[in-house]
Amino acid sequence: MSGQSYIRTEMLPEQPAPLGETGIPHWLRENMFSNWLNGIVSVVAMAFVAYVLYLFLPWAIQGTWGYGSRTECLEAVGGDAACWGVIRDRFNQLMFGFYPYAEQWRPMLAFVLMLVAVAPILFDKLPRKMLMFSALYPFIGAWLLWGGTIWTPLMVLAGFFIGYIVFRIAEGLLGDLVGIILAILATVIWWLFLVGPVIGFLGGTEATADAAATPGLLPWGIESVKSSDFGGLMLSLTIGTSGIVLSFPLGIILALGRQSDMFLVKTFSVIYIEFIRGVPLITLLFVAHVLLNYFLPPGTSFDLILRVVIMVTMFAAAYMAEIIRGGLAALPTGQYEAADALGLDYWKSMRLIIMPQALKISIPGIVGTFIGLFKDTTLVSIIGLMDPVGLTNAIRGTTDWNGIVWELYLFIAVMFWIFTFSMSRYSMYLERKLQTGH
Amino acid sequence: MKKSVFLGTLAAAGLMAGFASAGTLDDVQARDALKCGVSTGLAGFAAPDANGRWEGFDVAVCRAVAAAVLGDPEKVEFVPLTSKVRFTALASGEVDMLSRVTTWTFSRDVDLKFTFTGVNYYDGQGFMVRKDLGVASATELDGATVCITTGTTTELNLADYFRSNGMEYEPVPIETNAEAQQQYLSGACDVFTTDSSALAATRATFENPGEHMVLPEIISKEPLGPLVRQGDDQWADIVRWTLNAMITAEELGVTSANLDEMAAGSDNPEINRLLGTEGTLGEMLGLDNDWAKRIIASVGNYGEAFEANIGESTPIGLSRGLNALWKQGGLQYSPPFR
Amino acid sequence: MAMADQNASGSFRLSMLIYDSRYRSMTIQVIVLIMVVLGVVWLVDNLLSNLSALDKDPNFGFLWETSGYDINQRLIEYSSQSTHFRAAEVGLLNTLLVAVVGCFFATLLGVSIGVMRLSKNWIVSRLMTVYIETFRNVPVLLWIVFAMAIFIEVFPQPKAFRGDNATAHMIGDAVAFTNRGIYIPRLEFHEGSSFVVYTLIASIIGIFLFGKWAKAHQEATGQILPTFWIKLGILIIPALVVFFVMGKPIQMFYPELKGFNFKGGLHLRNSLIALTLALVIYTSAFIAEAVRAGIMAISKGQTEAALALGLRPKRVMSLVVLPQALRVIVPPLISQYLNLTKNSSLAIAVGYMDITGTLGGITLNQTGRELECILLLMIIYLTISLSISMVMNIYNNSVKLKER
Repeated sequence: MSGQSYIRTEMLPEQPAPLGETGIPHWLRENMFSNWLNGIVSVVAMAFVAYVLYLFLPWAIQGTWGYGSRTECLEAVGGDAACWGVIRDRFNQLMFGFYPYAEQWRPMLAFVLMLVAVAPILFDKLPRKMLMFSALYPFIGAWLLWGGTIWTPLMVLAGFFIGYIVFRIAEGLLGDLVGIILAILATVIWWLFLVGPVIGFLGGTEATADAAATPGLLPWGIESVKSSDFGGLMLSLTIGTSGIVLSFPLGIILALGRQSDMFLVKTFSVIYIEFIRGVPLITLLFVAHVLLNYFLPPGTSFDLILRVVIMVTMFAAAYMAEIIRGGLAALPTGQYEAADALGLDYWKSMRLIIMPQALKISIPGIVGTFIGLFKDTTLVSIIGLMDPVGLTNAIRGTTDWNGIVWELYLFIAVMFWIFTFSMSRYSMYLERKLQTGH
Repeated sequence: MKKSVFLGTLAAAGLMAGFASAGTLDDVQARDALKCGVSTGLAGFAAPDANGRWEGFDVAVCRAVAAAVLGDPEKVEFVPLTSKVRFTALASGEVDMLSRVTTWTFSRDVDLKFTFTGVNYYDGQGFMVRKDLGVASATELDGATVCITTGTTTELNLADYFRSNGMEYEPVPIETNAEAQQQYLSGACDVFTTDSSALAATRATFENPGEHMVLPEIISKEPLGPLVRQGDDQWADIVRWTLNAMITAEELGVTSANLDEMAAGSDNPEINRLLGTEGTLGEMLGLDNDWAKRIIASVGNYGEAFEANIGESTPIGLSRGLNALWKQGGLQYSPPFR
Repeated sequence: MAMADQNASGSFRLSMLIYDSRYRSMTIQVIVLIMVVLGVVWLVDNLLSNLSALDKDPNFGFLWETSGYDINQRLIEYSSQSTHFRAAEVGLLNTLLVAVVGCFFATLLGVSIGVMRLSKNWIVSRLMTVYIETFRNVPVLLWIVFAMAIFIEVFPQPKAFRGDNATAHMIGDAVAFTNRGIYIPRLEFHEGSSFVVYTLIASIIGIFLFGKWAKAHQEATGQILPTFWIKLGILIIPALVVFFVMGKPIQMFYPELKGFNFKGGLHLRNSLIALTLALVIYTSAFIAEAVRAGIMAISKGQTEAALALGLRPKRVMSLVVLPQALRVIVPPLISQYLNLTKNSSLAIAVGYMDITGTLGGITLNQTGRELECILLLMIIYLTISLSISMVMNIYNNSVKLKER
């Protein structure tokens, strides 16, 4: 027995798997041709893909990027190929509309800053301090886009500080609720009556019908751009983003209102939410288009883009409210009870315990709402705004590009697709991450 | 009118819009920009080019008014308006004037309370068909599929015409001219009907214009012109006489080329009155005496604007036709500058 | 409860409105009510003063004036001499038509794609992923104009069907695909046809009764009847018998090329088809995702248990997984139906005369009554939406897991 071992001391070399159980053929058999029906389906599917590519690819690839008009292009390529020249020719317009060329770094910078601002909201690994920047971003972004004196965003922002200070003082003296009411009142008064003169004093005023222009004390600012010059993808992003950002506070209030025990508050919230969700966005845009001015004091008139932003905000708020309500409902009741047990009052418990958690679970839903809203911004073309779809009409209306169809639509579709697809991927990633179940 | 209440939230966005006060002229001058409502894109009449600069025959009227009032034809804020919103936009003060291929009709003038300030293009609704359809007259169109752009007087005229001739048709309503053109060219409709100027403009852009013909019937009168809100006569006068100045300039042979020479003074007193070297016509309008000079310097006289935007040398290729001067057998006629 | 006793003693102070939790909510509600009422009053006051400045007064009288325009697709009698109200009715019916047809096909397509998305066949599941991601990530408005452009550019003109060397042909002399739409045979109902229809209705009721009976039978005896074939027989045979007995009262009319267009058949206009198609593919992508999520939500144990019981894979799906998944699927499905209905208002982009095209489009343009038209339009859409969510909520409650 000694010296003899029946146990193998070294491993045998690995044998290759039997042919047909590995590699591409195996994979193919497993995943595409597991039975005859599956095989037929696979072949049909592949044939379909091949046919679509056969129809589309030669047209797209043989197309030309040259030439400044459709007639020239058609002469050159002869009918069966794409005239991508229209994209080259109008690229700037499709991106920025009529935004002054020299100022186009501003929307681009605003866009980059927006990515920075949303980053800490979307990825919780980033330092929380960055949220400060996110809170300031709406003012920076608006100022970059519309320009004008630096005092406008600063003074509007000051409203919040005034509100906060009033709240702090009043809270100590008179309690929470009175504090909040007074703070809101102070902020509103500041915005309605005092901001204008202060901005005028610091930044100077434009001439109006009954007053000449006055130079300001510290006229710092950048060239202001009228919103009628906004267009293209930039317009879609502006409307979509401001709609979501502005609707956020409104959505929180509505969601809390709908969850409230108070009958009237709840009824008003429900009526508002269900009304907005029950009508198509296009009717609300019609309101922005033709009716909104009727509901404002005689003589006031906003420009159309601002009116659209107002209506889109109202629209998004209803959807936002439902998302946040879902977040509130998803919180375990233990959280509410714990907050009560700590002796926190309603606002404190909301601010410190409930909302931070509810909002966090609502983020995928909010991203979803934004995707929907971003796609829906194309509807503004129906009321004559120059978003990418609206620009197709203007471009096709010029003598150069009269009759062009597919190239423009395709380009716009791809543009939207890139944005919405990446956002939806992100929201799916987030959902997976938030899923703490199995 | 002192407005102490300043809507701060609006200022916040840096988008403060002006308050309309009694005089449109004052508003425009204070704002230093004319807000002019135009089409969202109609070749030859109003469309933005690659640099975003608006061009076209309707646009020229806006620029002329801006030149007269503000001294600079570039101080126009173009507001592209769909046919649905154009009247509301004008009524609510969103635009100061509308120059958007709008037909002067009784109800618009009287019921909708606008003032039409003249006609910059005499048009009529016509039909375009393919030649190989074998149709020579609109009366042979029984049963045809007709493409129309909605939101205009066109569809009412069409309904009336087919009804009064006892014919059937299939209307295909379409929002934009570009879309209508696509449908017509691919044969989704047999007939394309709209104002005959637009028909000609559209036909000109086809690959083979020779395959299409505009039928001889003109089924309506479509005097297209600029309009303003009722009740501000001074402003209406300015727009009206801006257009008249362009027409008169053509009649008197004043062009953008010989303007300086003419303005130096001529033997024709009407030229002198027009160009402000004699009399004070401009001041009567509330402007200065060089107003007409600026108009002609910026957009040219009526004929020049016509030729530059929609005339025979352009791809649109419209002939003057009804829009020739009255002396040349057309309808363009300006009251005298006196 | 010292506090309560104190209050019960009746010493009411004004500050209690804010600090006493019993009155506090009342105070807040009163404040909210006042603010809302003030807001509404402010809006209405602005509206009235603006309207009076323009010399307009809210008035619905225009609805009974002659409309003066024609509508191509009308499910009820209408001509240019009809009233604006009638035009709105025509538009409303067109909206409902698109909504119903769209929801039906979107469900069909969405469910199949959602199921196929989970297929084991690699290429099929990939293809379905591409389908879903392509269609739901591009605005529906683009799909609508795209679909319309495809219809217009790809299909032949009616002219192409004419002559000896026609380049296009009708399918079986009955169906013609043209770029003006699809022409299909039309059924004409003559005298006696009502009997056929009644028989058909009776058959359908019969099928339901039979289904119930078969189920009871199966539960009682364990026997499974070949219900499908029997049901088919009940549906077809009596109706056919009556059809021939009454002397073929229902006839088909085939479309024929006459003059400019096909005549005689039923004309499905390309605006209708393009709109429906675009809405269907767009919505079906969302429905597919909902279906997939619903199926995935059913724990794997259910499938395994069913397989262990010896059910075939098809039956596992239809008897075990889908009924349970339905509870998860129905709520998002409802909101997709609502979305489809609301999105049908984009018909305006392809000239389909729905309610937005008639009342909110041409009527608004011709009468200049923006306020009245848009108000009516909103009320109509609101009614439709609320009815859909009501009906679907009733259904949802009926399939909800009943916890005992």
